[in-house]
Amino acid sequence: MSAPHARGNGAASTLSQAERAAERYTDGEWHRLHPATPLLRGGIVFIAVFGFVLSNLRERLIGFFVGAPEYSGDPIDAIYSHGWEGWALLGVAVVLLLCLGAFYLSWRMHSFRITGDAVEVRSGILFRTQRKARLDRIQGINIVRPVIARLFGAAKLDISVAGHDANVQLAYLGSTLADGLRGDVLRLASGVRAAEAAASGAVGVLPGPDASESGAPAAVGAPATASRTAAVGDLVGRRVNEFLAPELDPNAAPPASVVKIPPLRLFGSLLLSGFTVFLLVVIAFLIWGASSGELWLLIVVLPGLIGSASFYIRRFTKSLRYSIAGTADGVRVGFGLLSTSNETLPPGRIHAVEVLQPLLWRPFGWWQIRIDTAGHSREKGAAGQPNTTMLPVGDAADVSRVLSLVLPGFATEEHRAVIEAGMVSRGRDDFTGSPRRGAWIRPFSWQRTGFRVVDDVILLRRGVVWRSLAIVPLARLQSLELQQGPVDAALRLADARFHTVSGPVRPRLAAIDAPTGVRLFEEVSARAVVAAAADRSHRWGSPSWELGTQGAGAPAPAVGPDHAAPASSRNQEEL
Amino acid sequence: MSPRIDLSVGEWRRVSPKYVVVVIASTVITGLVLSAASVFLWLVGGWTFGWVVLAAVVVVSIFALVIAPRRARSIGYRLRDDDLLFRRGIMFQRFVSVPYGRMQLIDINRGPVSRMLGLADLKFVTAAASTGVMVPGLPEPEAAELRDRLVELAESRRAGL
Repeated sequence: MSAPHARGNGAASTLSQAERAAERYTDGEWHRLHPATPLLRGGIVFIAVFGFVLSNLRERLIGFFVGAPEYSGDPIDAIYSHGWEGWALLGVAVVLLLCLGAFYLSWRMHSFRITGDAVEVRSGILFRTQRKARLDRIQGINIVRPVIARLFGAAKLDISVAGHDANVQLAYLGSTLADGLRGDVLRLASGVRAAEAAASGAVGVLPGPDASESGAPAAVGAPATASRTAAVGDLVGRRVNEFLAPELDPNAAPPASVVKIPPLRLFGSLLLSGFTVFLLVVIAFLIWGASSGELWLLIVVLPGLIGSASFYIRRFTKSLRYSIAGTADGVRVGFGLLSTSNETLPPGRIHAVEVLQPLLWRPFGWWQIRIDTAGHSREKGAAGQPNTTMLPVGDAADVSRVLSLVLPGFATEEHRAVIEAGMVSRGRDDFTGSPRRGAWIRPFSWQRTGFRVVDDVILLRRGVVWRSLAIVPLARLQSLELQQGPVDAALRLADARFHTVSGPVRPRLAAIDAPTGVRLFEEVSARAVVAAAADRSHRWGSPSWELGTQGAGAPAPAVGPDHAAPASSRNQEEL
Repeated sequence: MSPRIDLSVGEWRRVSPKYVVVVIASTVITGLVLSAASVFLWLVGGWTFGWVVLAAVVVVSIFALVIAPRRARSIGYRLRDDDLLFRRGIMFQRFVSVPYGRMQLIDINRGPVSRMLGLADLKFVTAAASTGVMVPGLPEPEAAELRDRLVELAESRRAGL
C-alpha cells in the first residue's frame, strides 16, 4: 500500500509472513474483521435454532398464516396445491436477504484500529459501543480458536487490560493475521514510543541500512498523513527492537515448550485430585444408602456421577496439548486439543505466584503453579481451570523451568536453593520462622511457616499437609497489612497479609512473632515503594527497561513518558 | 513489654472526636433493629428462645456502646514520605500501609448522621480488593483537603499496576 511497506518487504526478510500480513493493520486506521465474523459469533447457532424451530412448527405456522389447517401431508404439497409456490419462494428469499443484510451490516459496523498507544474496537448497529485499551496497560493477549472458527481458519484475539470484564476482543480474525497482530501489538506495547524517541536522536548511531531505511520514508512522505508517520514509527521501532534483540524474534521460530506433561502423569494427577476424593465420598455414601434400602439416593445422585466422567475427559484432553514457552514479549501458554487457546503474558504482569502440592501428590513429587494477574481473559485456561494455572502438574524440574519464565528476574540459578527450601523444607533454615508458641495457632505447620525477602521479592512458606510457597514481587504489591487478634495478642504473634490483585493466590502468613512482624511490615512497605518506583516493566521493550534488568552497557535514554521522577515530589511535610 | 504490636512512627493523626456520635448512633440503630427482629420472632413467630436472642442483642449492644469511644479513638492515620499508614481496632488490631503510587481512586462518603455533624469518610481504592482502607469521621474541609493532597501525591508517584 504505502512506500515504506512495499520497501519493507525487501529489507525485512527477518519478518515472518504473519507479521508482514499484520503490518498493514497497525497503521492507526480503522479495519474490518474476518468476513465470516457474524456467522462465527453466533450466526451458526441462530441459523440452526431457526431451522429447528421452523421444521418443528411448519404445520402450525402455515396454518397460522394461511388459515387452512385442514389438509393432510406435507405443507409443501399444500403450497403446491394452492399454487402459492411463487410467494413461498419470495418469502424465503426475503428472509435470507434480510439475514444476509443484517450480517453484512454488523460486519460493516464492526471495526478496529491499532494506534501507537491503544487498541480500539467499535461495534453495534443500533447501540454503538466503542472500547479502547491502552497498550501500556495490556495485561495479556490471548488467541483463542474455537473448533468451528478453526474450520474457517479464524481466531479470536482477546486483549485483557486490568479490571473486571475489561477485555477488548477482536473476534474474529484470520488465523495467521491474529498471530502476527499479537506480535505487533506486543511490540508496540513494549515501548515503541520510547524507542521512537530514542531512535530520532540515535538514528545516526544505528548501522547503515537501518539509518537509510528510517530516513527514506520521510523524504518520500510528501502527503505526510498521520497513518504514514505511525507506520514509519512502527517500522523504526521494529528495527530498533531487532537491533537490540535480533535473536529473540518469537515468530521467526516458534519457541518449543519447556515443559511436557506425559499423559500418564496427567491422568494420575487428575485421579489424585480433590475431586476424586469427593467422588469417593459420594460413592461410599451411595453404597451405604443402597445397603440400607434408601434407593432414591441412587436415582438422584447417579446421573451426576456419570456426568463427572465428562469432567475428567475434558480436563484430560485440554491439558494434553499444554505448552509453555518464553518469548521476547513474555510467557506464552497454550493448551487445548479441539478448541485451542494461546495466551501471552508480557513481563511484569504477574502479581503473585504460588507453588503448591496437595498431600496426595507428594509421593510422586508433583506440583502445581498458580498466578494472580490483573486482567482475566474470558476464556478458560489449561485443563478447564481458570487461566490462572500456569502449570497444571509437573515435577520439581518443570517447576523451576516455569518459574524462570514467570519470574525471570528472580528464579535464576542463584536463587534455586531458596526456592527449593521454600518448596520442600520442613523449617528451621534461612527463612524467618515462627516461634514455638505459634504451634497454638498452627499446630502442624508452625515450623514450616516462614518468610524471606530476597532482592525485591518476598517468599512466604506455609502448610505441611498442603505445601505452598507464595512468591510476590514487591514491585507489584498493592498494599500491606499487619493484623493482631486477641489470641495473637496473648501469644505475642501477628498476622501479615500482602494485598495483590484478586486471584487464586492470597499471600498471607499467620502466627509470626509480633516484633518480627513489625520489622517485616516496616521493611516491606519501604522496599515496595522503591521497587515500584524502579519498575519499568510496563514498557518492557524500551531500552531503559533492558538496561535496568539486563545491565547492557549503553547510555540510558530518557525514562518513559508517563513516569514522573519521584525525587521531585519528595519535599512533602506532614500536614 | 506490651503484647500489642505497635509501629514506632510517632504520633498518629486521629479522627474527629465527634465521630463517637456516629459510632454510637449506628450501634443504637443496629441494636434496635435486631431487638425488634428478635421480639418479633419471640412474640409473633412463637419462637420460645426469642428472649435469649433479645438478651444477647441487648448485652452486645451495651458492650459496644461502652467501648464505642475507645473504638473511635483507635482509628488513626499518618502520611509518611511514600505511603499512607492506617490503623484501627482495639481487640482486633489492623495496620495497613498503602503506597501513594498504588491509589487508584479516593472516595468521599457522607452518611446521614455524619452529614449532620459535618463529617465525611475517606475511602482509598487500590487494584487489590482486599486493601479496604477507610478513614471515617474526618471534618469535611479536612477530608476534601486530604483527598486533594493524596490525589496529587498519587499522581506524582504513579506507577504501573
